[in-house]
Amino acid sequence: MIERCFILSFREKKTRRVVALTEKMVVEGGAGDGEWEGRWNHIQKFLERPGPFTHPDFEASSESLQFMLETCKVLIIGAGGLGCELLKDVALSGFHNIHVVDMDTIDLSNLNRQFLFRLKDVGQPKAEVAADFINTRIPGCCVVPHFKKIQDFDETFYRQFHIIVCGLDSVIARRWMNGMLLSLLVYEDGVVDPSSIIPLIDGGTEGFKGNARVILPGITACIDCTLELYPPQINFPMCTIASMPRLPEHCVEYVRMLLWPKDKPFGDTVGLDGDDPEHIKWVYQRSLERAAEFSITGVTYRLTQGVVKRIIPAVASTNAVIAAACATEVFKIASSAYAPLNNYMVFNDVDGLYTYTFEAERKDNCSACSQVPLDMRFSSSSTLQEVLDYLTESSYLQMKSPAITASVEGKNKTLYLQTVASIEQRTRPNLSKTLKELGLADGQELAVADVTTPQTMLFRLSFTS
Amino acid sequence: MAATKASKEQKYDRQLRLWGDHGQEVLENAHVCLINATASGTEILKNLVLPGIGAFTIIDGHTVLGEDVGNNFFLSQNSIGRNRAQAATELLQELNSDVSGNFVEESADQLLDNDPEFFHRFSIVIGVQLSESTRLRLGSVLWAVGVPFLVCWTYGLMGYMRLVVKEHTVIESHPDNALEDLRLDRPFSELTDHIQSYQLESMEKKDHSHTPWIVIIAKFLETWLTEHDGQPPKNYKEKEAFRQMIREGILKKENGVREDEENFEEAVKNVNTALNPTKVPSSVEDLFNSEQCTNITSQSAAFWVMLRAVKEFVLHEGKGCLPARGTIPDMISDSQRFINLQNVYRDKALQDAAAVAKHVESLLQTTGKVLGKNAAFLRVVHCRSLAEEYAVESVNKDEITSCMDSPDSEMVLYLMLRSVDRFYQQHSRYPGVYNYQVEEDISKLKLCVTSLLQEYNLNVSIKDDYIHEFCRYGAAEPHTVAAFLGGAAAQEVIKMVSHQFVPFNNTFIYNAMSQTSATYQL
Repeated sequence: MIERCFILSFREKKTRRVVALTEKMVVEGGAGDGEWEGRWNHIQKFLERPGPFTHPDFEASSESLQFMLETCKVLIIGAGGLGCELLKDVALSGFHNIHVVDMDTIDLSNLNRQFLFRLKDVGQPKAEVAADFINTRIPGCCVVPHFKKIQDFDETFYRQFHIIVCGLDSVIARRWMNGMLLSLLVYEDGVVDPSSIIPLIDGGTEGFKGNARVILPGITACIDCTLELYPPQINFPMCTIASMPRLPEHCVEYVRMLLWPKDKPFGDTVGLDGDDPEHIKWVYQRSLERAAEFSITGVTYRLTQGVVKRIIPAVASTNAVIAAACATEVFKIASSAYAPLNNYMVFNDVDGLYTYTFEAERKDNCSACSQVPLDMRFSSSSTLQEVLDYLTESSYLQMKSPAITASVEGKNKTLYLQTVASIEQRTRPNLSKTLKELGLADGQELAVADVTTPQTMLFRLSFTS
Repeated sequence: MAATKASKEQKYDRQLRLWGDHGQEVLENAHVCLINATASGTEILKNLVLPGIGAFTIIDGHTVLGEDVGNNFFLSQNSIGRNRAQAATELLQELNSDVSGNFVEESADQLLDNDPEFFHRFSIVIGVQLSESTRLRLGSVLWAVGVPFLVCWTYGLMGYMRLVVKEHTVIESHPDNALEDLRLDRPFSELTDHIQSYQLESMEKKDHSHTPWIVIIAKFLETWLTEHDGQPPKNYKEKEAFRQMIREGILKKENGVREDEENFEEAVKNVNTALNPTKVPSSVEDLFNSEQCTNITSQSAAFWVMLRAVKEFVLHEGKGCLPARGTIPDMISDSQRFINLQNVYRDKALQDAAAVAKHVESLLQTTGKVLGKNAAFLRVVHCRSLAEEYAVESVNKDEITSCMDSPDSEMVLYLMLRSVDRFYQQHSRYPGVYNYQVEEDISKLKLCVTSLLQEYNLNVSIKDDYIHEFCRYGAAEPHTVAAFLGGAAAQEVIKMVSHQFVPFNNTFIYNAMSQTSATYQL
């Protein structure tokens, strides 16, 4: 039910903007170059023809392609193994307004799968080289690169996108994105305002395994709801490393964690850089010595590097599969042509090919989308402004521009939100009202979203008088 | 030279960790053939060129159209009007200078007419978006000379793959979650001697707490066997009693409270694994009893000779056991005793491998060290030929009918694809390509569906919705579905060429609408 509202609102969102852009286009004098006949034949069949399996709210029309080409904005996070594939897939599916964020530069070991990069590009920012390649190869496509961390942007940046796709290699980064999109949600009368939902499509790969999932923030399970699906990092116990090594890996960890800080082989302040071959060589030699002491075999240069850099094996094929599945979801959601994946697909091609698709469930006590509240004590005659000041001035929280939502008489209500002008105007009068006047009760839960903590935080209000 | 070798190792580092230097070498000596440089085809090749396949040859007589460029990353606007094989080869070649790219500006049918032996030189032939007749012709030529054939087709939101190979052997299958080979139920003499050297009762606390759990379980098992007439713990009750026995073995402080001995906790946790009976897996037994293994001739492929050697080992030196794998999992222990224990297993494995090699020598002049540690995981894949799949006498009726008990299973997509084949045969085009055709083609396609089901005597019904949907597709090849298939197919090609990891058998269907898939043996 909620999912239908979301699709409807998505369509309305895009209809409005198509009108706006067409006017703008007339002013600027014309469409991009590089069009040719038949270019979009393969895609148009899905957009212009009705069908028996389409989403109930799908309307066959030639406007959809226009929306996708000219208006729809897609953000791709990561320009690496998954990112390169995603850029290609999304661009060839009719999306020409794409932004890509990646904080890394290109390494030689990327070239076996990150096909937008060449030998001459080693050392350059991934986002920039990737954008350049796509824009050259696919006429009319405009990929805007950002050689930045995702945390360098605030919600004004993320709010502009219709869909966000992640091709990240870290759980922490995923949780941050997840938290950011949760913090953008606006509640009205106890229901999530569908136009504040930005779908998050997340892909991950490791060797021959991968997964693709669709997250509708506030509606479906989020990243934190399913944290147990992310395997914990292998960390060996210290006593094993320090005095009882058995595996070649233990020997390398010994050198990395204990010997290097002691010997400081390249200078007092020089930390171990996994990308520096001289550093790895040093670690490798010492690891061999350590291993010899205990008659352990198997220490190789490759193993050493793998342990120091926590290398995960990777191939082009798995990334291709997962990125493609994610891009298919981007297309489905943007076009409303089919119901999106609900909501998690797992893939493994070690033995034959195996996929498993299931609906990951929301967790009642999820730390991100439904947390355990923190205590907040105020008198019932304090104003909302005082609560706001507490959130911004308290040394513990130091929030920038918190948005406060409360559950009043069973319904969620946005009490104050600064970052969207129209909502700020509407809710500004609340600041001078007392908590009692706003209908807040003792034991009340307040949800606070802010850029400083990508996760919406829950507070429990305790009245002192 | 050294510089290039080093930089190749760096470039391919992430994949070398999956299939090793020996796997990479085989890949670099392979020559794959792609028929039809459509989006599906070029995506497959991209995922082979990037990891460094030796060479590829594209066979395609088509001229590049505007719509081809629209969904294909390896064609550009100025490819329009040029031969598709040539245009795609240029942009694919550019991906990796280690790879050698070639093209033939002819259709597969022309080559089959004029020079079918052209196909004999390839490690594998990948045929994309082929008509049924071309598919069957190619299938028969390649089957006769033992060249593996991978059929791929992206049709609307469906991806289809069919592997056609008479026999494909896998020594290194790299199974996930393999059972350990600890031999605790049938300890070899060196293991027994090694266990004897431990005396748990007289150990100091430090040694006691760092004794490997394999030794702990072996010791307690000895006691159990004497108390239970030589019978190991069999059911849950007995295993629990055994676990309790081990717990009782944990050292106690003066006040009677148990010490914190993690190695004993590990032992308790691993009782089930440790008590797994050592035996030859039935899949390997089946291979031992197969015709190829029983009748070794001068024509026998190396795999069968080596397998026979393993069988001989099992019958003689192995006394019913496969060659020892030689590895043990990591466990709490001091370094010395872990290494010593590990070496006991390792030495046994080397010994067994040498014995296998001797058998191989007496059958042939080759060795099988890799064989030893992979003996339990040997796999052979036999795919039926296309002719068998398509013939009325040998169609897999049972599989098709039982899958269609669920009318929305991926099997319906397979039947639709076969129906679309028929449509093409009759009308020399695919259904619904142009907007005006969609409606009228529905009834025509339905006739094809009916005739297909009748011809094969399949008592199944196909919902009209699917017939409509397949007309709606208009034989479109959306890029994201082609890209999915591109990744899936490329990895199967790598498996075929490297003989590592197990390929699918023999039909894979991907449904992009539901993001589900299925594998059938047809």
